[in-house]
Amino acid sequence: MKRFAYDFERPLVQLETTLDEMKRLESAEKEDIAADICYLEEQIQKLRMRTYSKLTAWQKVQFARHPDRPKMVDYVEAIFTDFIELHGDRAFKDDSSITGGFARLDDEKVMILGHQKGRNTKENIAWNFGMPNPEGYRKAIRIMKLADKFGLPLITFVDTPGAHPGIGAEERGQAVAIAESIMELSRLKVPVIVSVIGEGGSGGALAIGFGDRVIMLENSYYSVITPEGCASILWDGEVSAERAAEVLGLTADKLLELGIIDTIVKEPLGGAHHAPALVARNLKKEIVSALDELKAAGQESLADKRYEKLRSIGHYAEHLKALTK
Amino acid sequence: MPIGDWFKKEQKDDTQSAAKRAVPDGVWEKCPGCNEALFIKELERNHMVCSKCDYHFPISAQMRIEDLTDHGSFEELWADMHSEDPLHFIGVKAYALSLDKAEKTTGLKDAAVCGRALIDGRRVAIGVIDFKFIGGSMGAVVGEKITRIIELATEEKVPVITVSSSGGARMQEGMISLMQMAKTSAAVARQSAAGLPYISVLANPTTGGVTASFATLADIIIAEPKALIGFAGPRVIEQTIKQKLPKDFQTAEFNLQHGQIDMIVDRANMKRVISRLIDYMGS
Ligand SMILES: [Zn+2]
Repeated sequence: MKRFAYDFERPLVQLETTLDEMKRLESAEKEDIAADICYLEEQIQKLRMRTYSKLTAWQKVQFARHPDRPKMVDYVEAIFTDFIELHGDRAFKDDSSITGGFARLDDEKVMILGHQKGRNTKENIAWNFGMPNPEGYRKAIRIMKLADKFGLPLITFVDTPGAHPGIGAEERGQAVAIAESIMELSRLKVPVIVSVIGEGGSGGALAIGFGDRVIMLENSYYSVITPEGCASILWDGEVSAERAAEVLGLTADKLLELGIIDTIVKEPLGGAHHAPALVARNLKKEIVSALDELKAAGQESLADKRYEKLRSIGHYAEHLKALTK
Repeated sequence: MPIGDWFKKEQKDDTQSAAKRAVPDGVWEKCPGCNEALFIKELERNHMVCSKCDYHFPISAQMRIEDLTDHGSFEELWADMHSEDPLHFIGVKAYALSLDKAEKTTGLKDAAVCGRALIDGRRVAIGVIDFKFIGGSMGAVVGEKITRIIELATEEKVPVITVSSSGGARMQEGMISLMQMAKTSAAVARQSAAGLPYISVLANPTTGGVTASFATLADIIIAEPKALIGFAGPRVIEQTIKQKLPKDFQTAEFNLQHGQIDMIVDRANMKRVISRLIDYMGS
């Protein structure tokens, strides 16, 4: 089976394909080349390290968008049980690019909410590539309010290139839908735990993308603008998205350093799609421990603490600026 | 996608008109709305609004405050707050240089001007975003000052008024900028819970992260005539959907028709309308 690979992965994939072919040879011939196979395996191991151990920001963006990367639906299946999906904004339609509902996290009753990206073309078309319209955010607000009303911790999954840019989206108030979703999230009395699992595309991600704990998968990104958008605006398109990704500071480690996220969940070499079950297990561990901590802290002060956390994000100076040359 | 593509265009237009204004004895200004040459003195008397076609020229934060509040009543707060360039961002040029240049052309340390003022003798808190300072974009300073003015209004139990003209989040500050959307919106939630009035004025243009946060969370949203207001920029939308946009798309009039704003008010009447609204909503 031909598998999807980015340019920087091609040499590795070629070696791996060769190895597969060698292994498929008749057993008699195989003995003759046993040493070759062994050598090739070593080479592959080394090349894998070289290819994946120091990913650039842009390579991480590519992994975040990888078609085989586990999506929200995969994590819902792997982490929760007894999911009851809820639908609709009660005004216009059901936007399936955002989904959510009741679920159990082990014995804990919770509410889950997230961007839905498809695992194939059919799902992607049905779910609009994870790009919500205003009704998606209004459904999100409904789900947040239900969580608050029934005292269920809110667990969100962020994976969107951004909110959908379209005529209908503007007519129906894309901006205010996102703004209201952000405002609702800020004042919930229940614990809010966010996991950025793929793309954290701008305001469309932020609408469900901040909380008491923000967890990020190692090769996901969270950015004020897509690298492509940034390149085309700031450099008039002359500079590649690759360089924009570097300067935007959108990787998990950079965002941890800036205090915007709280935890990073490691991924196996080559990205989460190489060991989805392991990544889901590790992510679940983080979510559970965050929830335990937040519950121990007591519900009363959560919204206040969340406010203080937001309040502390901002790098500015108030002294008079030194004169510039 | 927080930043509209008009950004580049507007910036160019701005430099062009700035260059024109710099011409010695430049007493005429060409109206982008109707191409008429307008006598600047008369234009200024008319709050920088074209008397022929009603085009609202962009105005500075200072001029805006002068227009909306009682003469001499404005007391500016946090005027020295400035960006720390947290990412040491370098685009075509260094962000630090863009900040310096914007500071020189506007006389401001960043895009937001905030403070206490009176409107027809009534105490208010006001925050104004100046488009000329890096497209009125919201980074840590704008986010912090808008948050503080909303908090101050909450504490002092006075109405808060914001006037926006902004391309959205300031991408040169990366995720710190995006988080300002959450910070300002959270401040509005508390102000609103305290039962206090918030009026948001949207001037040309207001898009992206500012429309998708505090600016559309007000009790009352007022737009200036023909102002461009939206989330995504028109070019981004056109490229995505691959069809032509309706002629009046994302104008104030379009937004009024689609139920996104309460009213469109001429600049000359803005103070009077705000004053009447506060009278209903204030204690
Ligand atoms: Zn005109």
